[in-house]
Amino acid sequence: MTRRTMIEAIRDAMAVMMERDEDVVVFGEDVGYFGGVFRCTQGLQARFGASRCFDAPISELGIVGAAIGMASYGLRPCVEVQFADYMYPAYDQIVSEAARLRYRSNGEFTAPIVVRMPTGGGIFGGQTHSQSPEALFTHVSGLKTVVPSNPYDAKGLLIAAIEDPDPVIFLEPKRLYNGPFDGHHDRPVTPWAKHEGGEVPDGHYTVPLGKAAIRREGSAVTVLAYGTIVHVAEAAAAETGIDAEIIDLRTLLPLDMETIEASVRKTGRCVIAHEATLTSGFGAELAALVQEACFYHLETPIVRVAGWDTPYPHAQEWAYFPGPERVGRALRAAMEG
Amino acid sequence: MTATAPLSLHVPEPAVRPGGTPNFGEIEIPQAGTVRRPDVDVAAADIRDLAYTIIRVMDGEDRAVGPWAGTLTDEECLAGLRDMMKLRAFDGRMLMAQRQGKTSFYMQHLGEEAVSTAFRRALEPGDMNFPTYRQAGLLIAGGYPMVDMMSQIYSNENDPLLGRQLPVMYASKEYGFFSISGNLATQYIQAVGWAMASAIRNDTRIAAGWIGDGSTAESDFHAALVFASTYRAPVVLNIVNNQWAISTFQGIARGGSSTFAARGHGFGIPALRVDGNDYLAVHAVAKWAVERARRNLGPTLVEYVTYRAGAHSTSDDPSAYRPKTEFDAWPLGDPITRLKGYLIGRGAWSEERHKQGEAEILDEVVTAQREAESHGTLHAGGKPSPRDMFEGVFAEMPPHLRRQRQQAGY
Repeated sequence: MTRRTMIEAIRDAMAVMMERDEDVVVFGEDVGYFGGVFRCTQGLQARFGASRCFDAPISELGIVGAAIGMASYGLRPCVEVQFADYMYPAYDQIVSEAARLRYRSNGEFTAPIVVRMPTGGGIFGGQTHSQSPEALFTHVSGLKTVVPSNPYDAKGLLIAAIEDPDPVIFLEPKRLYNGPFDGHHDRPVTPWAKHEGGEVPDGHYTVPLGKAAIRREGSAVTVLAYGTIVHVAEAAAAETGIDAEIIDLRTLLPLDMETIEASVRKTGRCVIAHEATLTSGFGAELAALVQEACFYHLETPIVRVAGWDTPYPHAQEWAYFPGPERVGRALRAAMEG
Repeated sequence: MTATAPLSLHVPEPAVRPGGTPNFGEIEIPQAGTVRRPDVDVAAADIRDLAYTIIRVMDGEDRAVGPWAGTLTDEECLAGLRDMMKLRAFDGRMLMAQRQGKTSFYMQHLGEEAVSTAFRRALEPGDMNFPTYRQAGLLIAGGYPMVDMMSQIYSNENDPLLGRQLPVMYASKEYGFFSISGNLATQYIQAVGWAMASAIRNDTRIAAGWIGDGSTAESDFHAALVFASTYRAPVVLNIVNNQWAISTFQGIARGGSSTFAARGHGFGIPALRVDGNDYLAVHAVAKWAVERARRNLGPTLVEYVTYRAGAHSTSDDPSAYRPKTEFDAWPLGDPITRLKGYLIGRGAWSEERHKQGEAEILDEVVTAQREAESHGTLHAGGKPSPRDMFEGVFAEMPPHLRRQRQQAGY
């Protein structure tokens, strides 16, 4: 067992897979010699050679489009889009091509690619380095969407994603790269070394796609969260003293409805929290599913807490971010009804 | 105060519109055999002129002339002629089938038959095409069963794609034909990626990307050229310039550049322009570009100058935007007539055998059609099951799709 940051865990997942499977290739902007702007691919080119890990031109559609072609050949490309905010030029390739290739060709061709993208705010990145576009992927049939919340999961989920026969969007909450950020931006950062999620085994293991994890067992209210907000919810539960059951979804699609349903039936209350904008966010889908499955178990209306429906502002970042205080208010609202 | 006149926007217009006299005077057509044939390891900068001319092999007297002649035996030319005739007959039957309501949609190749059929004969087994919707000649010349193509067009119970795709959007790994996307241009960069993968794995197979004149305006085209150039991908990047993108003449996508092949220059990619209605020239240029790719010399950009004699699709009426007689005035003629003339000139074919060949081919196509229709057409007979609709979204069906299939009653 080694203590690793999320960056190191992600890097290790790629290294493990590149070692095991020569079909795994890694490329993207600044990914090769330099090792990525967040250092997630550091050392991979030196270790595996430039034909397995290399720099790409600044063309997200080119990166994803080429990856699809490589995957249809038989490779397993794991590519990086430098920020999730930069994925829009690649959206057509993701939606119309990668996601539909298996279906439209009846399995003649498939696109087992992983598209890694740093997501979320909290680093003063402004509107073009802070977005959380997960709902733009979960809305598309044929894509799997993953958001890890700690280094252990990040490595296990990324290995599972690379081994998966279908395209996987792998969103890495960049505010979690170096520590379990709980939304208290004015406090010193806790390093992953001091968190159990930072314990990352060497070698190969997987965290299966489609399985949620219960981060905190509780009986008062269920919180559905993923990525950074899992840690925010933990802080909110501690600070409000509300006995929340916090579910880390880990994979948004396929979604682990079994775990969600069991928890909401038990608590009778549900708060849905995410950093992405509220309207038509993934929380809307979760709210619909929870009321379909658990309506007669709900004692109070489902509460959603999310980023405001504005672009991610720069100076007002912490007014935008749904921190522990806002999530705490949502917990109280769910308790009071 | 400025002395210049106010600005005005330039919107290119084709030379002629309906009611006018067709005029292709803007296209400079060199004599057959006059364009040089460089070695395949030539530097892109040393053949810049080849992007502005037209490589032609068949002259006005049905002879093969010049340095690009001689890549095919008479036997091979006869096979090529049959490929084109079969594609035309296939188109004729499927166009009629669409008019009879047996399917929703069709796209024919009329006038462009040489491009895909001749290109296919320059490839090796295992090479992969990333085609658009007007390259069915790749399948016909590759020997793919017509019954399966027709079944796809009919979306019947024998459709290899289970009724999921619009007619003519075939896919076959075995026959080197990547799944067609209706989005256009998306497959160009994928072809480059496939070729890069082949190079990464030290394979010997190469890829070919296909795009139309109009779609070269998409960003995917430019991304493909950047990637192909940067990584010297073993890929042939084909531009089929058939003059019309639905109703939009090629000048709208081409802009101020005089040719599409010239787009290669900015990327340092050797670029050739070829008479797309000259089967021998298409084959010779394809062979040259394929050899470059196979020898790891990198990509080649090829513009095929041809003419879309038919409508864009069965949903299109070209008389609304171009003169009806434009194809008669098209200076590069009809690819079948030209190859036929060449073979007759060689003593390898005759008018009589041609007529007999046409009858045989029509018979073959009609037989295939009958068999395909025995499996159903779009609105009658055997159909793919709606249960299949839920399969294949993922390798393994996730719980939410399983629930939806139950809700749908399948």
